[in-house]
Amino acid sequence: MAYALLLSVFVISTCGLIYELTAGALASYLLGDSVTQFSIIIGVYLSAMGLGSYLSRYIVRNVITVFIQVELLIGLVGGSAAAVLFMLFEVAVHFRSILYSLIGITGTLVGLEIPLIMRVLKNRFEFRDLVSKVFTFDYIGALFASLLFPLVLVPYLGLIRASFLFGIINALVALWALHLFRREVLYARLHAAAGGLVLVFLTAGMVYSGWILHFAETLGYKGNIIYAKTSPYQRIVLTRDGDSLQLFLNGNLQFNSRDEYRYHEALIHPGLQSLREPKDVLVLGGGDGLAVREVLKYASVSSVTLVDLDAEVTKLFRSHETLVGLNGGALKSPKVHIINADAFIWLKGETGKYDFIVIDFPDPSTYSVGKLYTTTFYRLVQRVLKDDGVIVIQSTSPYVARRSFWCVVATLQSLGLKTTPYHTYLPSFGEWGYVIAKKTPFKMPETFKPDLRFVTPAVAQTMTEFPADMGPVETEVNRLHNQVLVRYFEEEWSRYTH
Amino acid sequence: MKKSGPGTPTDPSKAGLSRRSFLIQGACLAAAAAGMGISCKDSRPAGNKRVAGSIIGSNRKAGHMLLQGEGITPTETEETGIVIVGSGIAGLSAARDLAKKGIRDFLMLELEDRTGGNSAYAVHKVSPYPLGAHYVPLPGVEAVFVRELFEELGIIEGYNSKGLPLYNEYYLCADPQERLFIHDRWQEGLVPQFGATPEDKRQYQVFFGMMDDLRKARGTDGRRAFVIPMELSSRDRRFLKYDEISMAQFLTDNGLDSKYLRWYVNYCCRDDYGCVMEDVSAWAGIHYFAGRSGSAGNAEPHAVVTWPEGNGWIVRKMAENMSEHIRCNACVLNIQNIGDKTAVDYLDPRSGVAKRILARAVIYAAPRFTALRSIKDLRESPPAYAGSFGYAPWMVANVVVNAVPEGNGAPLSWDNVFYGNDSLGYVVANHQDVALHQSKTVLTYYYPLTAGDPAAERQRAVTMTFDAWADMIIRDLSRFHPGIEKGIEEVNVWLWGHAMVRPVPKFIWGRARQEALRPLGRIFFAHSDMSGISLFEEAQYHGILAAREARAVLEKARPA
Ligand SMILES: Cc1cc2nc3c(=O)[nH]c(=O)nc-3n(C[C@H](O)[C@H](O)[C@H](O)COP(=O)(O)OP(=O)(O)OC[C@H]3O[C@@H](n4cnc5c(N)ncnc54)[C@H](O)[C@@H]3O)c2cc1C
Repeated sequence: MAYALLLSVFVISTCGLIYELTAGALASYLLGDSVTQFSIIIGVYLSAMGLGSYLSRYIVRNVITVFIQVELLIGLVGGSAAAVLFMLFEVAVHFRSILYSLIGITGTLVGLEIPLIMRVLKNRFEFRDLVSKVFTFDYIGALFASLLFPLVLVPYLGLIRASFLFGIINALVALWALHLFRREVLYARLHAAAGGLVLVFLTAGMVYSGWILHFAETLGYKGNIIYAKTSPYQRIVLTRDGDSLQLFLNGNLQFNSRDEYRYHEALIHPGLQSLREPKDVLVLGGGDGLAVREVLKYASVSSVTLVDLDAEVTKLFRSHETLVGLNGGALKSPKVHIINADAFIWLKGETGKYDFIVIDFPDPSTYSVGKLYTTTFYRLVQRVLKDDGVIVIQSTSPYVARRSFWCVVATLQSLGLKTTPYHTYLPSFGEWGYVIAKKTPFKMPETFKPDLRFVTPAVAQTMTEFPADMGPVETEVNRLHNQVLVRYFEEEWSRYTH
Repeated sequence: MKKSGPGTPTDPSKAGLSRRSFLIQGACLAAAAAGMGISCKDSRPAGNKRVAGSIIGSNRKAGHMLLQGEGITPTETEETGIVIVGSGIAGLSAARDLAKKGIRDFLMLELEDRTGGNSAYAVHKVSPYPLGAHYVPLPGVEAVFVRELFEELGIIEGYNSKGLPLYNEYYLCADPQERLFIHDRWQEGLVPQFGATPEDKRQYQVFFGMMDDLRKARGTDGRRAFVIPMELSSRDRRFLKYDEISMAQFLTDNGLDSKYLRWYVNYCCRDDYGCVMEDVSAWAGIHYFAGRSGSAGNAEPHAVVTWPEGNGWIVRKMAENMSEHIRCNACVLNIQNIGDKTAVDYLDPRSGVAKRILARAVIYAAPRFTALRSIKDLRESPPAYAGSFGYAPWMVANVVVNAVPEGNGAPLSWDNVFYGNDSLGYVVANHQDVALHQSKTVLTYYYPLTAGDPAAERQRAVTMTFDAWADMIIRDLSRFHPGIEKGIEEVNVWLWGHAMVRPVPKFIWGRARQEALRPLGRIFFAHSDMSGISLFEEAQYHGILAAREARAVLEKARPA
């Protein structure tokens, strides 16, 4: 029996270290800055263990009963900590306090274990021998855990499942101790029942960890996730909130079906309506087919070429029933040619000429996307534009990122293009900006298609008016080798969001 | 409608993994970042499998033949007007200049199996990459030949109304250009900012202020103090005296003792000259900062032009339409005057066949020290300058990685340097790629061997096995990019035993260089060694000058 307890020292010390490592890894993953996170976690955990050891002096009677209770509690708290933390990350305001409290509680409980077990064993070994044996098993357990964690647990189980698994092991130690000491333990049955419940709970957690993860992800979004997939390029998530749909790429909202028509009508109609008989249209980005839907309202358009990097996105918007409903089956139209390619590379090889070119890329928040807003890129676009053709570019918010917006304008102007910046209000995004560029001056059309829900001649007239707080500012020209736009953009959006 | 900003959860694409895969299957990156060296089930366990690659160093066998001065007996003889020895930038520039003047009877002999010398490149399916030289700074007004070449190659596309050149924007180094890993983070730019005290920053100001003044300074002869090509620099004693002390001494003399500043200046000396600043003449050290005076209508003055294959791109362009004049695998072992002709004997190291070319003039565009072996007169009566040319050994490794090495702080840049490291860091060969999504990269890792005396370091370089090199490189990279070792697919090591001439004090403006520059009868010296600083512009300058002198010999010989 004494050796059985020594074995449990090994097991519980393994579990103890696993909780610590899990917390550290999770904190570095969620909060970043791994060195800081790991040091703080280790510090909090170790000091809490000290507290636990100290508190053990106040347990005077029923040591073994308390030991079993402690084990069950550790299993419960430690085992579910990863899942709880992960779920709370999206919603909790004081995530760090919760994180450190959970670590503190687990640490305190773990700190109680060894003193208690030593007291259980004190009459079974000589003191010198006891200390040596208990600590040997304790440290071997730690070594075992530190190897197991990176080599097996993280790669094969992942953090959530691993921590549930070790919770289960802790609970099993409790049940086993209960069995060994069934005569000495008070309310043995009650403890057995509690142990059973903890086991069922943790096992369920382990089995449904995929679901927990999914649930945690849904907490990050307001609506319900109805589709989620990771393509080679990005994480695609579609949510439904009431009767509207939202598309997120890497967590960034792309559109909300409630007001996307405003965005897309404003993107397409001013430019396209201004052309007499537009035939060939090129859409760069915009794999959701919503811009194409607007384009197809023009009977003269005989061909729409859509270039989007991610085949998963275009496939989704061609096959998902609700989404096909949203884009009116635009991507299934025989006039539409879908090309899944990098727009920059594709343009280099393109020889066709287009009447209307829509550039609907993500905002220039990284250097790689920033390349798609440079003189070099626009020069390629200009090359495939017919002499009287029109280019339109989504150009972020002139309200939030005023310099960024005018930088796009300046960049186009530096190539000798005539620009017409305009903007509109989108409930989901706020003030949003676009730029029309042409080789000759552009004039806002005086009539629009009658069935539009947002753009009317009167509305269009207001779009080109810029209030003083969004008006033109001097900026540099964005080039491949200076990428000033990415710098402006980062500065302006971070000022806005912090 | 692509807002990215408020309330964005951690971007999984940046970490290269989705949150799901991290928590369910686990992942290497985050844990490895925590310094735990986790290995993933689907990736190669670090350490127990040898990484692919090899040492593909320059042709040492042929080089040794030359040094040992083995006698050869040519089996056939042909004749030509001019022989160019070596097809580096100097040789290619000479050839180009001859061809432009309508001369067709010349031959260029190159001991390697490819042209380019220090500016050669290799191809790889991920990206072509350089074996040595990577970039050229924007040429200033004095660099007439460089500007001319740049116009011909479409690097300069035109001039704006102010007369400033407009560069092809695919060739200007894309932003972000440089970052430095210091105090566990990446910062933008190479001058240390993290941890720099106000005193450090004051010294930066003093130093860069001096360099700025020296860039504008003119001597009594009206020339700028520091010019590229260096031959056009002012001869004013005020400036030449800097050649008598070392760069380290120059800093000390000016009270510049900031640890960070000295690290930076030393880094620059190692980067351009392959020597520590204690060994570099202050004239050369200052030249690095004050010599560059380029400007452009569409770029910053400090911009550079570069390509995935580095200056190999220029080599490729220069060698186009030259194939009938180029002979690779041709190691010149003997040059001697026979009557009014000069015999150039070379050996094909693969077949062992030796041949002789009788020429009216020779442009010697191989490293200058080799002439002491190959040219009979110099071999038989060694000149006084024989011992003055010293060379720095370098190792360049191209590392193919199946990930993009980001890290904390400033984003991946073209040039990525580690503070306080023996290497110079790495350049991303496919940085100029405009594609949005890059899954693999080639990192060109530079390592001048400056830990001791060049001869001992050269010995160390050649005795190290491929495994030892690969191990050192991977260990170094993974210190700054934990986990990168799992993504390394290939390491190609290139050893340059005599990579570049060492501009030690008193070399550049001393007598040895002047004497070595003087033609030996019909033999004209063209290598960048002749400048004492190893730069594209210097190689080109001497190549073109030598071509013009050699052409004059041809024209004189021709009956009127
Ligand atoms: C690692 C490294 C990085 C560099 N980076 C840059 C950079 O980024 N920018 C820059 O401007 N400069 C750089 N340089 C400097 C570079 O040396 C010059 O730019 C330029 O390439 C020198 O050209 P060269 O023709 O003078 O000499 P080399 O390149 O040395 O050419 C000499 C040629 O002669 C051949 N040869 C030698 N002996 C014989 C023989 N006996 N017979 C026949 N052929 C022979 C050699 O194989 C070689 O091809 C770098 C150099 C090194 C080593």
